[in-house]
Amino acid sequence: MDFGPYLLLASLEGAVTAAVLALTAVGLSLVFGVMRVVNVAHGEFFMLGAVLAWWVAHLVGDAHPAVGFLLALVVAPLLVGGIAVLADVTVLKRVNYDPERTIVATIGILYILQQVTLMTYGPDARPVEPPFNTRLALPFVEWGENGLQLYWPWGLSTTSYKLAVIGAAVVVLLGVWGLMARTRIGLLMRATQLDRDMALAFGIPVERVYAMVFGIGAGLAALAAVLIVPIQQAHYLMGGDPLLLSFIVVIIGGLGSLPGTVLAAVLIGLSDGIISVFFSPTLAKILATLLVALVLVFRPQGLFGVRRA
Amino acid sequence: MSDGARSLALHGALLALLLAGAFVLPAYHHGVLARVMVLSVYAAGYNIMFGYTGLLSLGHALFFAAGMYGMGLAVQHGGVTPALGLLAGLGCGLAVAFALGLLALRTAGVAFMIVTLMFAQAGYLTVLYFGPYTRGDEGFVLQGAQRVLFGFDLSDAGVRYIAALILFAAVLVGVLALVRSRFGRVLVAIRENEERARMLGYDTFAHKLGAVVISGGIAALAGAAYGLLFGYVGATFASVQYSIFPLLWVLLGGAGTVIGPFLGTLFMFYLIDLSSGYTSAYMLIAGVVLVALTLFAPQGLAGELRRRIWRGLP
Repeated sequence: MDFGPYLLLASLEGAVTAAVLALTAVGLSLVFGVMRVVNVAHGEFFMLGAVLAWWVAHLVGDAHPAVGFLLALVVAPLLVGGIAVLADVTVLKRVNYDPERTIVATIGILYILQQVTLMTYGPDARPVEPPFNTRLALPFVEWGENGLQLYWPWGLSTTSYKLAVIGAAVVVLLGVWGLMARTRIGLLMRATQLDRDMALAFGIPVERVYAMVFGIGAGLAALAAVLIVPIQQAHYLMGGDPLLLSFIVVIIGGLGSLPGTVLAAVLIGLSDGIISVFFSPTLAKILATLLVALVLVFRPQGLFGVRRA
Repeated sequence: MSDGARSLALHGALLALLLAGAFVLPAYHHGVLARVMVLSVYAAGYNIMFGYTGLLSLGHALFFAAGMYGMGLAVQHGGVTPALGLLAGLGCGLAVAFALGLLALRTAGVAFMIVTLMFAQAGYLTVLYFGPYTRGDEGFVLQGAQRVLFGFDLSDAGVRYIAALILFAAVLVGVLALVRSRFGRVLVAIRENEERARMLGYDTFAHKLGAVVISGGIAALAGAAYGLLFGYVGATFASVQYSIFPLLWVLLGGAGTVIGPFLGTLFMFYLIDLSSGYTSAYMLIAGVVLVALTLFAPQGLAGELRRRIWRGLP
């Protein structure tokens, strides 16, 4: 294959990563924005989503794979959201969302979720069948005898499922935007984000808003995991990478800014896909983590954020 | 008794107990205690930053690994003597801590935690990236002759215990002296109220940088000693888990107390040791302890001791 088709293939893979990453990171960003809380256990909510998706698909059994998958798409985020709300009420609320103690507590929650999964689900990686998976060959242009013409390079293809993942992520992100901008619940969340005490004074049930935001954030991570699990497999340690990448995205995009987060997810997802194809994935990760640390040191408002007065 | 005499009695008694342990402990616990002493030196280093200065780092494995690999690579590939290797490890740790301090101390609070976490992650990946030298996850083993320090063979269990005890005692006395010095008192003032400390005319940035360098140096010394005493250098010691452990030990033992890191390390080590006999998911215990501590005893064991019995515990 020539360089051009290679690049197209890498970008397509990167776009799938970016779609899933955007969902996960928006969840993390929502929690940070509204609650001012860094949720280190976010990656484990992602992992739980994938594991529950396998579990649901396994329970449904012999029916068409689409039945189990669609059921998982509904059940996993709801269950994970429920677990997150429970964690919020029993732990985070009781330490008063103090930033440092919350980080320590969520590290504890991380290990609890991860190790309980290890004890029940086991150390194996297990696949979930995608609901549909047609291979689509893609054309590319080249300079032929009669000027520009289409041709079909060998190996340049994607699957219908991967395109569907990208589409689903766009739909969900638009839904989150609608929720935040157009509904009463979104209004309450934004009010709480702007000024917690003032919101409390106006009778907004801030604690319930917090519990809901934490649940929605975890639910988004779980949803992203259900979407990716037919491509990757469900494993109890799979939460590490999404957590790191989500952190990177949220910081580059500006802490707590949703549009910045989505933009950064696309940027990081695409460049991660492209760099990993052409260079060593480890080197790509080293550069990305260093970049994040330096962005936090020298531009704490993020690359796209606006410095607050 | 005055505070000074009581403190001398308490820490002296601990060291005497540990020395007596060298002769009476059964072989298995003998080995465990040697490990606990070296790891609690790591925790003591962490405590300088977290307990006394109020800087929560999530990336201390970077310093521990800097010491371990600084020593290990110098001995393995540079062919230097173990004594020089220890110095190389310490030097690496100090240099890394100084550089990280200069950068990370520009941030505060949550951003500081994430910056330290990210740098440590980059350090871990760097160890993996240079796999041909570091042997990555697999790590490498130091052979017999590479572990003879000043004529003493550290692969012998008895010698190893005494070596660990000497290191532990030196750091314990050093930390005691540090927290009673003017410098240590300024660190506590910064922890309590940085604005006020600055207003009183102290250069808080220089003091915090000093705390990071001392803390990183002690952690690196622990890393180098661990590699030398137990003869193994591996990437696990650079991973996030080893950044979380000292936080756990210090929180459990009591942040901002000299004896706390040792108590926490000892307690946690035996807890994990016992539970790993029942399940492979032993980190579950660590998670439960972390959550329980933040909820019920944010001051830890020695913190409770200070609150209930002796307010002047250093």
